[in-house]
Amino acid sequence: MTADVFRATGIGKSYPGVRANDDVSFSVAPGEIHALLGENGAGKSTLVKMIYGLVRPDQGQMFLSGAPHAPHDPRAARAAGVAMVFQHFSLFDALTVAENVALGMENPPPRRELSARIAQVSRDFGLPLNPARRVVTLSAGERQRVEIIRCLLQDPRLLIMDEPTSVLTPQEAELLFATLRKLAGQGTAILYISHKLDEIRGHCDRATILRHGRVVDSCDPRAHSARELAAMMVGGTMRQIDRSGRQAGEVMLEVAGLSLPAPTREGTALKDVTLTLRAGEILGIGGVAGNGQEELLAALSGEARSAPGRILLEGRDLSASGPDARRRAGLLAAPEDRLGHAAVPDFSLTENTLLTAGPRKGLVRRGMIDHRGARRFAEEVIAAFDVRTPGPGTAAKALSGGNLQKFVIGREVMQAPRVLIVNQPTWGVDAGAAAAVRQSLLDLARQGAGVIVISQDLDELLELSDRFSALNEGRLSPPVPTEGLTLDRIGLMLGGAHGMEEARI
Amino acid sequence: MIQLVPRSGNAPLWQIATPVLAVLATMLVGGLIFGLMGYDPVAAIRTIFWDPLFGPASGYSRPQLLVKAAPLILIASGLAIGFRAGIWNIGAEGQYIIGAITGAAVALALYPLEAWWLFPLMVAAGMAGGWAWGMIPALLRNWFGASEILVSLMLVYVAQRVAAWMAFGPMRNPQGMGFPGSRNLQQYPSAANPELIAGTGAHWGVVAAAFAVLATWLLMSRHIRGFHIRAAGTAPRAARFAGVNPATLVAFCLGLSGALAGAAGLFEVAGPAGQITDRIGVGYGFTAIIVAFLGRLHPVGILLAGLLLALTYIGGELAQLTMGLPAATVQVFQGMLLFFLLGFDLLTRFQIRRRITA
Repeated sequence: MTADVFRATGIGKSYPGVRANDDVSFSVAPGEIHALLGENGAGKSTLVKMIYGLVRPDQGQMFLSGAPHAPHDPRAARAAGVAMVFQHFSLFDALTVAENVALGMENPPPRRELSARIAQVSRDFGLPLNPARRVVTLSAGERQRVEIIRCLLQDPRLLIMDEPTSVLTPQEAELLFATLRKLAGQGTAILYISHKLDEIRGHCDRATILRHGRVVDSCDPRAHSARELAAMMVGGTMRQIDRSGRQAGEVMLEVAGLSLPAPTREGTALKDVTLTLRAGEILGIGGVAGNGQEELLAALSGEARSAPGRILLEGRDLSASGPDARRRAGLLAAPEDRLGHAAVPDFSLTENTLLTAGPRKGLVRRGMIDHRGARRFAEEVIAAFDVRTPGPGTAAKALSGGNLQKFVIGREVMQAPRVLIVNQPTWGVDAGAAAAVRQSLLDLARQGAGVIVISQDLDELLELSDRFSALNEGRLSPPVPTEGLTLDRIGLMLGGAHGMEEARI
Repeated sequence: MIQLVPRSGNAPLWQIATPVLAVLATMLVGGLIFGLMGYDPVAAIRTIFWDPLFGPASGYSRPQLLVKAAPLILIASGLAIGFRAGIWNIGAEGQYIIGAITGAAVALALYPLEAWWLFPLMVAAGMAGGWAWGMIPALLRNWFGASEILVSLMLVYVAQRVAAWMAFGPMRNPQGMGFPGSRNLQQYPSAANPELIAGTGAHWGVVAAAFAVLATWLLMSRHIRGFHIRAAGTAPRAARFAGVNPATLVAFCLGLSGALAGAAGLFEVAGPAGQITDRIGVGYGFTAIIVAFLGRLHPVGILLAGLLLALTYIGGELAQLTMGLPAATVQVFQGMLLFFLLGFDLLTRFQIRRRITA
C-alpha cells in the first residue's frame, strides 16, 4: 500500500450540526487521475481542504507517499508536495503572468529565470502562455493555466483540481485533459473534483463517490454509464427529463438591435443583440463566462434600461421600464449569483420572496407589505420545489447552494411568468436538484411561457433548448436548432478557444 | 501577529447586550478617569447618571431630558434609515442649522403677523431647508460620484458660517441694540414652540420625535421602501434586481434625514434656543450619530439611546456646576460610549486569535 501517493484512512470532520466527513478512506496511486464525485454538500470540499491544510480532520490519518500527512496550513501542504487549483482564481489583474506566479512561490527565482521556467513548463505540458502578459488581458482558460503552472513549478506529487472545466470551452477543456494526462504519465497523482459525469467517464481512472460525508462506492467510471454514476451519487434512480408536449406558439419576446455600453470596466458591452422567443419555446444561450451573460440578463430584467423599441414583450415596449414594471408585464428573471443578487443572504426566505414577487403575487398593497402572504408564498415555493430548509424563516445564506437555487427558480416559476430568463440555473447544484430545476423550466414552457436559459453547461443547453445561440464578446449569434448539434460545432460557435493554434504546434 | 477571525454563531442577544455593556464600561472607565483626576468617582457617576432624574435639583433637570432628547431622537431616526442603506449622512448638524435658519426666516419675514398657520409653515420651511441641504451631497454623489460622507461633513462648516452671517447680518434683531442674534421667537406667540405641558419640557419637537420613531418603525418593518432600504444596505445588487434605483435611494435617504434634522433645528430655534445666533448648532447632529448606533439603528433603540445621551448632557452640566468637573466631560463620555460600543460589536462578531508566525 505504500506505493500510493496519497492515502486517507477513517477521516472524520464535524462542523456544528453537520457531519461533513465520516470515516472516509481512499487512496490515489501514482499516475492516476482520481475523481471525487458527489452532490453538493456531500463533503468533497471539506475533504480536499483537509488534504490542502485549510481544515484539520477530527479523526483519521492521511499519508503522503507513505509518510504521515497532517499539514496545519497550506504552506506545509505545499512543502509536502500537495498543490491545488481552486475553482475561483486568486490572481492580480494588474500584474503579469510571471509576477503572479512569483507571488505564489516560497522562494521565487530571479524574474528572468522564472520566465524561462514558465515558458519551459508551458511548452512541456502544452499550456500556451506568455509570461510577460498582464493577467487582465487573459481569458478564463488562460488564467487557469497560470494557476496550473504555478502548481506545476512546485513539482507536486498530488495535484488537486476543483471543478476546473466550469469556465472552459470544450476545446479548452480538451487541452486541459491532455495536460493532465501528460502530468499523470510522469507519475503525478491527480485528484479531480467535478459534477460533469461525462468528463469523469472520459478522463478519470478511478472514482470515489461520496454521499452525506461517507464513501458509498469506488469504481472505474469508464465501466459505468453517466446515469449509473448519478444514481450512486444521489442514492436513487435519476429522474428522466421529459421534453414532450411543447409547441412553439406566437412570439412572446422580441429583442431588436440591443446595444449597451459595459456597465463597469471589467464588464462586457452588448453589441446589437437580436432574438425572438416564442411561447412554449426554450432558447439556449451558451458562452464562456464573461462574454456578456450577466449584462444580457440585466438588460432583460430591467436592471439596465435601453433605448426605445429594443425589448418588446407581447408587442409591448418595455425598454425603458424598470424591473417592477417588467415583472408586472410578465417578464421575469433569475440571475446567476444566488447570494447577493438573486437573494439577500441575511434575509429570510419569506423576505426574499418580496424581492421579486411583490407585483405579481399581490404581496405589496399601497406600499405596505403583506407579511403573512409572503410567508405563505415562501411555503408554497418550498413545498413545490422540495427546498430543504427548516422553514420560511431561515436566512437565505443558511441554505445549501442547490436548495437556494431551487428556491430562487421556484420563486420566479411560481409567479407564472410569460417569459422567464435564467442565468446558470444549475451552477454548483447537485445532480438531483439540477434535474428538478431543468424539469421545472420545461414544464413552464409546456404551459406556454417562453424561456431563455443562459448557461455555460453545454450538456444542459443541449438537453433543454430547442434553439441555440452563442454569446461571444457581447454579440449573440443567430440561433440554430439544437437537434443534431454537436459539442464540436458549439465550440466553434463560441468563438473557439483562446490561443488554440499555439497549442497545436 | 494578532488576527480577527469571524465567529460562526451570532446570537441576537448580543445585539441588545452590547449597548448595555458599552454603557457600563463607559461608567466604569469614566469613574476611573475622575478618580485619577482627584474627584470622587462614585459621586461623579451618580451626579451624571442619577441626580438629573432623582437628585435634589431634579425638578429643574428632569424636563430638560425631553428637551435634549427630542432633537437627538428626531435626527437619529432619519440618520438610521440612511445608515441601514449604507448611505452615510455625517452632516446632520449642518442640516439642523440650515433648518433652523429657513424656519426662523419665515417667522422673521412675517413679524409681527399673528396667525395659526405660521408655526406649521415654519416647520415646513425648516424641513425644506434641511432637505435642501441634504440634497447637495445626494446630487453630488449621484452626478459626480462624490463621497456623501465628506460633502455632508464639510457642509456643516459652511452652515455654521451661514448661521454667523445671518446672526450678524440679515437676521439681526433691529431692536437688539446692535447685539448679534435674531429676534427672540419665544416672545412672538404665533412663532413660538412653547412647553405644551408645564413641567415636562415637552414641546412640539417632542411630539415630532415620538411621531418620527413610530413612522420610521412602520417604514422599516412594514413598507416596501423600508424593505428596499434594508436590502440595499446588505446586498446592493439584489436591491437593484428588486427594482431599487440606487440614485433615488441616495436622494431619499439624504433628503429624509436632512428634513428631520431641519425640523429638529426649527423646534430648537423656536423653542429652547429662541433665536438665531452664531452658536445655534450645539452638536446635536453629531451626537445623533452616536444615538443611532447605540440604538442599533432601530427606532425603539434610538428612543432609549436618545434619552441616555440626553442624560449625559444634563448630568455633565450638573457635574460641572456642583463638582467643578471640566466642561469636556460630556464629550469624553459620549466619545467613550461610541468607542466601547464599536469595540464590543467587533468582539461579538470576531474573535481575536494570536498566530505565531514562523
